[in-house]
Amino acid sequence: MTTATRGAVGTAHPRVEGRDKVTGAARYAGEIPFAELAHGWLVLSTVARGRIRALDTDAVLAMPGVLTVLHHHNAPRVDTDYTGMMGSPPDPTVGLFQHDRVPHMGWPVALVVAETSEQAREAAEALVVHYDREPHDVAFSAGREAEAYALDGHMPAVVEKGDLEAGLAASAVVVDAEYTTPEEHHNPMEPHAAAARWDGGRLEVVDSNQGTGWVAGELASLFSLDPASVRVRSEHVGGGFGSKGVRAHQVAAVMAATVLQRPVRVVMTRRQMFSLAGHRSPTAQRVRLGADADGRLLALEHRSLNQTSAFYDFVEPSAASSRSMYAADAHHTASRLVKLDVPTPTWMRAPGEASGSFALESALDELAERCGIDPIELRVRNEPEVGPVSGLPFGSRNLIPCFREGARRFGWDGRDPRPGVRREGRWLLGTGTAAASFPTLAMPSTAALTAEADGTFTVRINAADIGTGARTALTLVAADVLEVPADRVRVRIGDSDLGAASIAGGSAGTRSWGWAVTAAAQELRRSLPPGADIPPEGVTVRSNTAEALGALAQKERHAYGAQFAEVAVDPATGEVRVRRMLGLFAAGRIVNPLTARNQFVGGMIWGISMALHEEAVRDRASGGLYGADLAGYHVAAHADIPHIEADWVDDPDPDDPVGIKGIGEVGIVGAAAAVANAVWHATGVRHRDLPIRPDRVLLAGGDA
Amino acid sequence: MREFGYQRAYDVSGAVALLDGDGEARFLGGGTNLVDLMKTGVERPARLVDVRELPLNRVEPAEDGGLRIGATVTNSDLAAHLEVRRRYPALAQAVLAGASGQLRNMATVGGNLLQRTRCGYFADVTSPCNKRDPGSGCPAITGEHHNHAVLGASGHCVATHPSDMGVALAAFDASVSYETADGAGKLPLADFYLPVGETPHLETALPPGALITGVTLPPTATAANSRYRKVRERASYAFAIGSVAAALDVRDGLVHDVRLAFGAVASRPWRARAAERALTGSPADAEHFAAAADAELAAARPLPHNGYKVTLMRNLVVAVLSELAEEAAR
Repeated sequence: MTTATRGAVGTAHPRVEGRDKVTGAARYAGEIPFAELAHGWLVLSTVARGRIRALDTDAVLAMPGVLTVLHHHNAPRVDTDYTGMMGSPPDPTVGLFQHDRVPHMGWPVALVVAETSEQAREAAEALVVHYDREPHDVAFSAGREAEAYALDGHMPAVVEKGDLEAGLAASAVVVDAEYTTPEEHHNPMEPHAAAARWDGGRLEVVDSNQGTGWVAGELASLFSLDPASVRVRSEHVGGGFGSKGVRAHQVAAVMAATVLQRPVRVVMTRRQMFSLAGHRSPTAQRVRLGADADGRLLALEHRSLNQTSAFYDFVEPSAASSRSMYAADAHHTASRLVKLDVPTPTWMRAPGEASGSFALESALDELAERCGIDPIELRVRNEPEVGPVSGLPFGSRNLIPCFREGARRFGWDGRDPRPGVRREGRWLLGTGTAAASFPTLAMPSTAALTAEADGTFTVRINAADIGTGARTALTLVAADVLEVPADRVRVRIGDSDLGAASIAGGSAGTRSWGWAVTAAAQELRRSLPPGADIPPEGVTVRSNTAEALGALAQKERHAYGAQFAEVAVDPATGEVRVRRMLGLFAAGRIVNPLTARNQFVGGMIWGISMALHEEAVRDRASGGLYGADLAGYHVAAHADIPHIEADWVDDPDPDDPVGIKGIGEVGIVGAAAAVANAVWHATGVRHRDLPIRPDRVLLAGGDA
Repeated sequence: MREFGYQRAYDVSGAVALLDGDGEARFLGGGTNLVDLMKTGVERPARLVDVRELPLNRVEPAEDGGLRIGATVTNSDLAAHLEVRRRYPALAQAVLAGASGQLRNMATVGGNLLQRTRCGYFADVTSPCNKRDPGSGCPAITGEHHNHAVLGASGHCVATHPSDMGVALAAFDASVSYETADGAGKLPLADFYLPVGETPHLETALPPGALITGVTLPPTATAANSRYRKVRERASYAFAIGSVAAALDVRDGLVHDVRLAFGAVASRPWRARAAERALTGSPADAEHFAAAADAELAAARPLPHNGYKVTLMRNLVVAVLSELAEEAAR
């Protein structure tokens, strides 16, 4: 490398740990060895509601290698009466083995611990549990609206501006449509895994999670420990997508390590993840749009219903993201919940935005059709000057440049808007577009930066690289400010001992951590004149962004995107294939184009999956999932993914102190709607229920 | 997962002797299905007899001019075999439509015939299933059955057979050879799979302890003009929701010979003989293709959520036969 030291940010850089990952040198939580390690295996309920009457533990305790069986009679007590880092009480699912009630199929009822994983599994599968069954209810549908209730989650539940009915009555064109999305599961490639041990009075947990400080804090609260006596590490994570917070496996591992006084590892199976790792709630949504003859919105209503467990509220705020998208004098949005005997849903990549954008962006396409206006032009006409509901000024909002540049590259101009008229052999062809947006969030973070005596720099920040490339991005951010080559910067992350920092969530990680690293690097440059002597222990500075974050002006801050898809549909078989896809994004300063593209394309692929494949089917009789594995739960295979291109437009925001926006989630937003809109353009049939399965296409027919 | 014994056999009689008719033992081919079922607890054998090293890995001309395919021939080798591709193209296409490259490199012809249904209730040991646990019930009939059978099912089981290969073999009148301690035997594929009836757990007519040694394809000129079309919920790596193996011989605009078999609609590869009878001697056009499909599908008894399969199979028959007729006319 030459002395070129400016511009590390914005230059493609391979992952700094990439070689370790492809050679297997990078160890994941489930494969880090410990002396005397014992293995725990969770036993999950086989009824959807009821009480545990008895567990036949004697036979299991006599099996080879079995050390203990933990259950509600003998497990250590935990305290679930606290407010966690996310500002809410814990999901009672982590109050493991505290009572005999079973609130859903797949509820953890016992942990079998043995000398080997195989022994633990065999014994866990042999454990007979007797239940007193009670009737259950897992039937989610739009018809449950009457018993639903509004509750603020991470977004306000209900926001109303203006007179909706008057707006609709005054409209020349009204779209009134219902949309549904099914229960979906994240299922990252790496299963949830944690090993716990006590070391000199300190609890050490090696885990796979999205925030070690978060998990450490929850474990300290649950087990009533001094937070300083809990250390959680999570160096490499094979995907999280919202599912890797505090979960049953960490709690089980800590309980067993405490009881046995030796290290214990608990790993979830794929099938267990479908019950214990959270999911995206199914949604039933209704959108009403009223517009004048030119397509200018007078009224916008978006209502969403989602399910939650019988014992904990989680809101998938599908209607909330509509609040910042389009201007309308009457603007009503509401997300409601219905309680069912199911596991608690959780954050899953763009929670609210992914599901909500399918409804809103499909409805916009329907409005464009009714008004005879190009879908992009329709969005241009409804571009707000300030937050449509909040009235706040926008930070940088470059949605329309995304559409303009995307249209140019995709070849949108001159598109024949008529549906069902392009045929190529057995295939009908169509194109569709949709908008994407995701809030630009930040969480307070601390960082330490050391100028080492050998001329290198060490960044210490409790960031989490869940496959996003965060470690590499932070290396570039530090190198950029320090004006040194990236290979002189090393970044230590994934350890709760490193101090407080943002979790990897809400697309806020790189923005939050990058902010703290930038502040530390600027401070180091101020305090360390060029050529200054560095003592052997180095020179360390620290930063904390809490104050700067608090001083940030109130604005509508979001990342945006425009999604384009071309599909082929065989109306005789119902097969839908995406032929190409393009996403143009406006997401602030792009730190590492290589991993950024990876994030955007990953989101878009997931959007194709959401549009065409993903669907967890809940069996009403048993209350459990049908086909809860990756053979039964389909995600897009390689052959489903055509040429996909993701790129970005300039998106500077001079008023923003970091300029980095989140890119982890905006890539999935709008993608399913773009595919669905393309299916309409191909066939003339609107598909308002996801996924767009062959049987649905077949039974809906087509113009051809 | 239960601990199990493992033995490897090197010749056919040795394999049969090692298994010894033991109901707790299983032959292990490529393991692409059996090992999965062992992981999930659906299969809990005490002992595996590995038959991959048996000298049954060749595709050879049969005495009658057909082809004899050894039981341990891998799916990859079968699909790549020049004689298979030339004389029975639908068979090569069917094999390539299944699984993934890695799985096809492991999976064997014998194992493919014996693979179990992918019904989600069957795969979940916490669920009732008459096929896995006789008498426990069939939740699919009133539960999830989008991809269950519309032909030949019973009130006891509506699962489908997952094989693609088997559909092409059914169309071409293949027979299955096997070996027992008492000697060799042979079953036409049409008799190989048992009707579902009240005993869905009894799947094949193989005698207890029998080892499949190979599959024989009779010579048939019609098969050279054949095709396999598979419809699935994604472009690859998924089991069919409907498939058709078809062969067509058209002379002077009339159907001289036709072979049709359906996949993913029944507990076995479904030979569509009613359709064949209806079509033989008829004009080779879409109208008659559709009428033939209807003749077969008149027996369909769809459940509330899988009626689309009737439409799908009708459309597939018309599409595939039309393509074959068109190509033959060129």
